[in-house]
Parts: sequence; C-alpha cells; structure tokens
Amino acid sequence: MSRPAVMRGGLRLEACKTRPFEQPLHVLPAPAIAILALDQGSGEAATPLVQPGDTVRVGTRIAAGGGAAADLHSPVSGAVRELARLAVPGGVGDCVVIESDGRDDREPGLGTCDWRSLTAEALLERIAAAGIAGLGGAAFPTAAKLALARSAGVDWLVLNGAECEPWICCDDALMRQRAKDVVLGAQIMLAACGAARCTIAVEDDKPAAIAALEAALAAAPAAGLELLTLPAVFPLGAEALLIAAVTGREVPRGGLPPDIGVVCQNVGTAAAVSSCVRDGMPLVSRIVTVTGSGVRQPANVEACIGTPVAALIAACGGRVDASISLIAGGSLTGRALAGDAVPLTKGLNCVLVATGDDLSPRSPELPCIRCGDCAVACPVGLLPQQLHVAARADDRSGQDRFGLDACIECGCCDYVCPSAIPLTARFRAARTRRHLHEQERRRAADARVRFERHQRRLAEQAEAERRAFDAARSHARGQDPGES
Amino acid sequence: MPPAAPSPPYVFAGFTVPRVMFQVLLALAPVLAVLVYLHGPMPLALLVVAALTALACEALALRLRGRAAKPALRDGSVLVTAALLALAVPPGLPWWLLAFGTAVAVLLAKHAYGGLGQNPFNPAMVGYAVLLVSFPLEMTLWPAPGAGWDAITGATALDTLRTGLRESYTMQEILAGPAFGRVGASGGEWVNLAALAGGLYLLARRVIRWHIPVAVLVGLAVPAALAHLLDPGAHSGAAFHLASGAAMLGAFFIATDPVSAATSDRGRLVFGAGIGLLTWIIRSWGGFPDGVAFAVLLMNLAVPLIDRYTVPRIHGEPR
Repeated sequence: MSRPAVMRGGLRLEACKTRPFEQPLHVLPAPAIAILALDQGSGEAATPLVQPGDTVRVGTRIAAGGGAAADLHSPVSGAVRELARLAVPGGVGDCVVIESDGRDDREPGLGTCDWRSLTAEALLERIAAAGIAGLGGAAFPTAAKLALARSAGVDWLVLNGAECEPWICCDDALMRQRAKDVVLGAQIMLAACGAARCTIAVEDDKPAAIAALEAALAAAPAAGLELLTLPAVFPLGAEALLIAAVTGREVPRGGLPPDIGVVCQNVGTAAAVSSCVRDGMPLVSRIVTVTGSGVRQPANVEACIGTPVAALIAACGGRVDASISLIAGGSLTGRALAGDAVPLTKGLNCVLVATGDDLSPRSPELPCIRCGDCAVACPVGLLPQQLHVAARADDRSGQDRFGLDACIECGCCDYVCPSAIPLTARFRAARTRRHLHEQERRRAADARVRFERHQRRLAEQAEAERRAFDAARSHARGQDPGES
Repeated sequence: MPPAAPSPPYVFAGFTVPRVMFQVLLALAPVLAVLVYLHGPMPLALLVVAALTALACEALALRLRGRAAKPALRDGSVLVTAALLALAVPPGLPWWLLAFGTAVAVLLAKHAYGGLGQNPFNPAMVGYAVLLVSFPLEMTLWPAPGAGWDAITGATALDTLRTGLRESYTMQEILAGPAFGRVGASGGEWVNLAALAGGLYLLARRVIRWHIPVAVLVGLAVPAALAHLLDPGAHSGAAFHLASGAAMLGAFFIATDPVSAATSDRGRLVFGAGIGLLTWIIRSWGGFPDGVAFAVLLMNLAVPLIDRYTVPRIHGEPR
C-alpha cells in the first residue's frame, strides 16, 4: 500500500532514551500513602465516592468518572485519610489520600473471563469499569472513546507506539516486555469498537520493541492486525499526525478522528485493556519513565497510580543534585512539576529530572524577523509568525485565518525560533483568552435573553391589565346609557 | 529546588538572530574581497564608514525611542544593512554620501517604522534608492576595474548597453566596449560570482531558503532569454543579466531579507519572481542603471497582498 509523505515539518531531535534501558523495568511495591488525583490528567475531575475514615481495598472504586474523567480505584488497601487539595502534575487539584494498611486486600472484581465470549457492549462495560484512561498522556476514558468510535462506525484502529518525544520511553519498555498484551489488547479494542483493521505504529528508533511485537504477532496471528514502522521524527506521535501518516486520512479542522473512520489508542492503553478485561480488575498502576541527568540510575518504573514522584526517583537511585528541575513529560511538551510530592497519575508518562545540561536556557526575546523557520517546522502547516501577530493583537479573525484552533502546541516553532519568541505559550494564552471571552459572551447572551423575556412578560402583563380595564370600562359604558 | 521555566519547550535549537546576521556578514566577505581586488581599498573604507554610521544611527534611534541599545546593537542586523548598502554603491562614492544613505536606511526605513522586524521596506534598498534619485551622477559612475580609486570613472555595463541600444549601435559593437567582460559587466561578473558563492554558503548553512533566490534568478533569466530569442539585436541574453549589476547580490542577500519579504514558501516564490521580472523590465526600459533596488522596493509594497493570498493549507483543511 502506498502511504502519503509521513509529515510536514517536524524536528529530528536527540532522543535521549538509551539510559533507562541499562536498568531492568522496576516494579515498585504499593506506597504507604497513595495520593489519588481526581483529575488524572484529562482536565476533568472524577466525583469522589469515599469519605475520610472509609476503608478501601485494592480495586475499590473511590471516584466516579463522567465526561472526560474515568472511574478511579484505590491501588492499596487501607483507610481514606483525607480529601484535600494538593499539588498534582497539572498544578493543584482535589485528591483522595489513602493510608495503606500494608495488607493489599483485593476487591473480588468482575472475575476472569474469555473476552471472545463477550459482546462489544460487555467489553466496553468492562473497560469502563476498570477505569482505563489514555495512558499516552491525555487520560481520556478509553471506553468512552471506543464507544464514540463504535457509534461513528470506524473501520480503522491506530495503536500509537510512536513515542516521538525525547526522553520518554515507557511505551518502548512496555512493548518490549508486554508485546503479547499489546496485541491482545488491540484485538479486544477492535472487537469493542467494531473496526476491521488495526495498525500498530512504532517509530524506527525502537528496534527491540518492533522485534518483540513482530514475534508476538507471529505467535498469535490475528486478522486485520499489522505492524507499521515510521521514521522517528517529532511530533509524529501527535494523534492527528499519526493518523494521517498511517491512514492517509486527515482529521478535519475542528473535527475528531471518528469523523474520518479512525480511532487512535496508545499501546500502553491496549496492554491495560488486555489485562483488565482478562482479570476483571481495575487499572491501578502504569509504567513511567524516570530519567534525566539529574537521577542516578534512570529507569522505567511500574508503580501504583498515586505513588509520590519522590518514591519513583528514590527507586532510581535518587537525585544527583538538589538544584535541578522536575518536568512531567518530555523536553518539548512537558510541564514543570511543582515538586516531588506530586503523585503518579494515569496521564503521567515521564518524570524528567533535569540538570542544566538537559535543558537549554531561553535566550532573551528579540523581535520577529519573519524568517519563517517556524513555518518550516510546523507539522500542521501553520504560519506561526503570522499567527503570533494575530495572537498578540487579539485579532480574532486573524487567529481563525491562521489556524489558532489547529495548533497542537508541540513546541516545534519555539524550538527553532531565532528570536526566542515563546510562541507556544502565546498561542496557549490566546486560546485561554478566547475561551474566557466565549464563556463571558455566553453568560452575557443568557443574561440578555433573561432580561428580554422579563421585559416581554412585564409588557404582556401590562397589556393584559389594560385590556381588562378597557373591557371593564366598555362593559360599564354599556350599562350606563346616560353617558354621551 | 527551582522549578523549570513555566512553559515548554525546554530545549531550543540555539540558532539566534545575531548568529544569522553574522553568517550573512561572513557570506558577504567574498564580494568585498573581489571589490577590493578590482578597485583597491576604497570599498573597504566605504564599508567601515557605513558600519560606523549605522551603529551610531541605531544607538541614536534606540535612545530617542527609549529602548535599551545593547541587545539591538548586538543583534547585528544594522551591520547587515550597512554592508549591503556599502557593497552596492560605486566604490568611488564620496564617503559622506554613503553616510547619508546609511542614515536614511537606519533612521527612516527601519526605526521610523518601529525597528527590527517592523520595516515594510528593505532598509538598505531605501538608502540606495534615496541616494540614486538624489545623486544620480555620483551613483552611476563606476571606476574601471584595475584602476585606482581616483581613476577615470565611467558608466556601468547595463547603462552602456541601454544607451548604446538607444543610439542604434548593434549589440556586437556595444559588447566589444571596455565595460563588458566575458559574460556580463567586466569586473561586475566577478562580483556576481562572489555573491553567488556567498549565497550558496548561506543556503548550505540554512540561513536562507532556496525559494526567493531561485525565483529572482528565474524571474530575471526567463524573460531575458525569451526577449533575446525573439530579438537578439535589441536584448541581451539571460547570462548577461545574471552576471551584471546586483543580480546575485539582490537574489541571495537583498531579496532574502525576511522582514520585508513575503513569508510563506509560495509567497516567496511570487515575491522573488516579481523582483526578477521587475529588475529585467527596469533594466530594459527604465531610466536607471540597475533595477534591483526599485524591484525589491516595489515587491515590498506587494508583500501584504501576496501574504494574504498565499496562506498554506492547514492540516485537516480540504486539499
């Protein structure tokens, strides 16, 4: 099959992914204190179902999902200590803090099953009940995404194993160790979403993962399943770009993948689906990369959701120096962490313990010289230099024309800008302003409608009173022939 | 523990504006070398005059505008403006005229519009155009190559060609004159070769991209070749045009000024082709010795229009 050019623009970056593989995959014991952020990274918080003092077991549902939040389960057995606002990877958020009793008593769960005997609806129910969310970083509920894909009638499932950003290699580790689970998860998700074919897309800088997947596919051949190797270029792992590279279809501007018959899932999510559906147990752990020059022995770590980052770093030999930065994610799209007390979430794929060698300081900002390097680097075909002008001037029509909504915030334009303009941050700020303005406008429109209705009601009431008065008067006149 | 910078990305390519400008200056070295070889130390002296004037004007403008002078002086952009102007004027130009032109370029064309990144017109070409229309005699007399800077000066090859054709000389008679070399202007062809070498260096170092230079050269060569094909007696060929005047300097160094050029790849092709075509038209029928400066300024005028109609397709929009 002929495939289209992989991607416009993008960057070929130093991967920085070899050191974590000098260590085996560490499996951490359950933490003494688990901090469960109600927002696991999707931007929406789940509703807590427990109170301080409640006892929970491993797998007890402690918060109910909805919208962009998946169900949340306790990774330990013990007692709920408190519900508090604490530092989380995305800033500050509501958390359920559970103190472990060290016994690891487990909920009975849904019990094991043979997934082939289940209907798509039953599979989706199991995936939803397991609280599985996109482990690539978005943490969107997997069952909801698959259900939407099913109702849209998608024909193609793309499994994202690209992992294009520097430093992050948890998916690589997972594919090497659990290729069978990835393949099984792909089959289950195919059955759940109704697609006919599945492409597992991996970048070519992961030969060990590719070999493992090839072996797994050879051992358990499945109809409609294929492995695709793509060149390693950032940000090919971004959902819309990967879909275009794999299927040749572009998600329309402002649309979603199901609009073009595609659904995209992360390989780690697929592995989670296979084990959770098989065992009937919820998702309570994930693999996370702990790396950077600031940690003694970088490694991939499998740990319970809710484990403090400090424990993850300690498992990797600790920090080499106190004065270093912590970043959640990679060096291009990651976010600075407030400290090492923040807990592991379903959306946290990498903790970058950085020294000055790992990061480049931002030079002082200079005026834009319109060199266009940003446009060359932009993978979605924007002109960031023009969009920047529109963003700064709060020029809404310019922002629409130059595609503010289409920006995927990958940071490529920032990376190449010779004037060191913080383009991505400006675009994000412009989006936030638009969002707030939109909310304000909607509130104002609602208020105006209420006011107008109120005025109309008053007018109608006055009109009715006048009519009643007139009627009464003409009635009175009819009874009094002496007048006029 | 100090947290990382609040917003990503945290790594950068590190190819900063000062480095870009330094590369451009470096790439101009061959042009300067050829000019010095042909005309003695005068071009070097002019370059120093232009550079000092430009730095002084930049500092003055920034002071008047209440801006910090250091970062702007360090970015090197004003030195590029000065160098382009100094290398484009005749080596025999009185130094104070060049100083005047440089001041116009920096104060009027650059800072009156808001400084680096804000100028709609190429500052060096504004300075050049002002000098050309104000002091046409001084700006059109070039010393014969090999002669000292006080030697007798004469018209350029492009000038000689046009006046010769008007006075009904044949092409052979004109081209046999002392102003002409093997393919282009005598001396001028070496300057153009040096500019081509510098331009290829910039392309190799990815300081500039191919769209503008290629479009300029094609826009100049194609109409020249066609006209030569149709009427060889009245039009010189493409090779002559490419090797004369400021063709290569214009294509690789002047038209590629990103601030005043169109900004998308397609827009840059249109922009460059327009400069090439206008250069050929002005050279063939205009009243000035070379057309590059006016062609660049005219296309600068067209940039907002070009930018408007050459926005690339965004991912997910219909093809």
